[in-house]
Amino acid sequence: MTCDDLLKMLNDYVDGDIDPGVCEGLQEHLDDCNPCRVVVDNIRQTITLYKGSESYEIPVKFRRRLHDSLRERWKQKHGEK
Amino acid sequence: MYGDYTEEELVQQARDGDFDAFDELVNRHERRLYSLAMGILRQSEDAEDAVQTAFIKALDALDSFRGDASFKTWITRIATNTALKILRKRRGLPTVSLDEATTENEDGIIKHPEYIADWRADPALLAQQDDVKRAIEDALAQLDDKYRLVFLLRDVHEFSTRDTARTLELSEANVKVRLLRARLFLREKLTRIFGDRVNRLHPPDHQHGDHDFTTAASLLRLYQAEQGALP
Repeated sequence: MTCDDLLKMLNDYVDGDIDPGVCEGLQEHLDDCNPCRVVVDNIRQTITLYKGSESYEIPVKFRRRLHDSLRERWKQKHGEK
Repeated sequence: MYGDYTEEELVQQARDGDFDAFDELVNRHERRLYSLAMGILRQSEDAEDAVQTAFIKALDALDSFRGDASFKTWITRIATNTALKILRKRRGLPTVSLDEATTENEDGIIKHPEYIADWRADPALLAQQDDVKRAIEDALAQLDDKYRLVFLLRDVHEFSTRDTARTLELSEANVKVRLLRARLFLREKLTRIFGDRVNRLHPPDHQHGDHDFTTAASLLRLYQAEQGALP
């Protein structure tokens, strides 16, 4: 197992989406290769960071406007209930 | 009153003419789609426009929704495409579908990590800081649309590879390659900001897999290179 092999399987490894046999080989490589281990950590940290920060509150005013406009459109399409 | 219904039931009721069932579907997805639209467009007015247009399109096309994908995948695909149209219009580019951008060879060489270092702080804590938020938004903004979209869906909005592929109308293999590139790109950018410079590691020699780069000699070499002592 080389650093290049790890790079190719990096996604599957990070996502825990890998055959146990292959995973063992990768694990052995990671035990011996500090840079690869740090890269895997960095990738996980990157994902955690974006997951934690990429959330936006929907503005209340917009939310009201959205529902009103959809109700209007529905009326046009289906007529009054 | 609709809280206990499954999405399939709500879709069916909406198709039978029940607006409140449709309204509940909007309630369930509006926040997520707004965040996604903000992720793509980075501007609230455009994001609002994208979300509203997407739900109106969904309302108009509800009868043609076949249920072969989930409502979530379907509405996300509509919202993503709507946001992309706005993005391209804003940039003065012709509107092309996302899959047309795939002609580039995606089996090409994956760029190896260059800046390797442990981060100095916990990412969950970093995410709370305003200056960090700006830095990671900047990094994301530098990422090409086709990679950014895959990253947003897969890693931020936790779509499966399959659902991401369906939403963006790409092959699953394509999604995987794009995700890898996106992750490596963002890792590189963020590690240059958050990495511990003192304990920076030398990238591995890609011909071999078993080198230990943490030796004093390699660190010294790295230090000298950084100081300009080496070519």
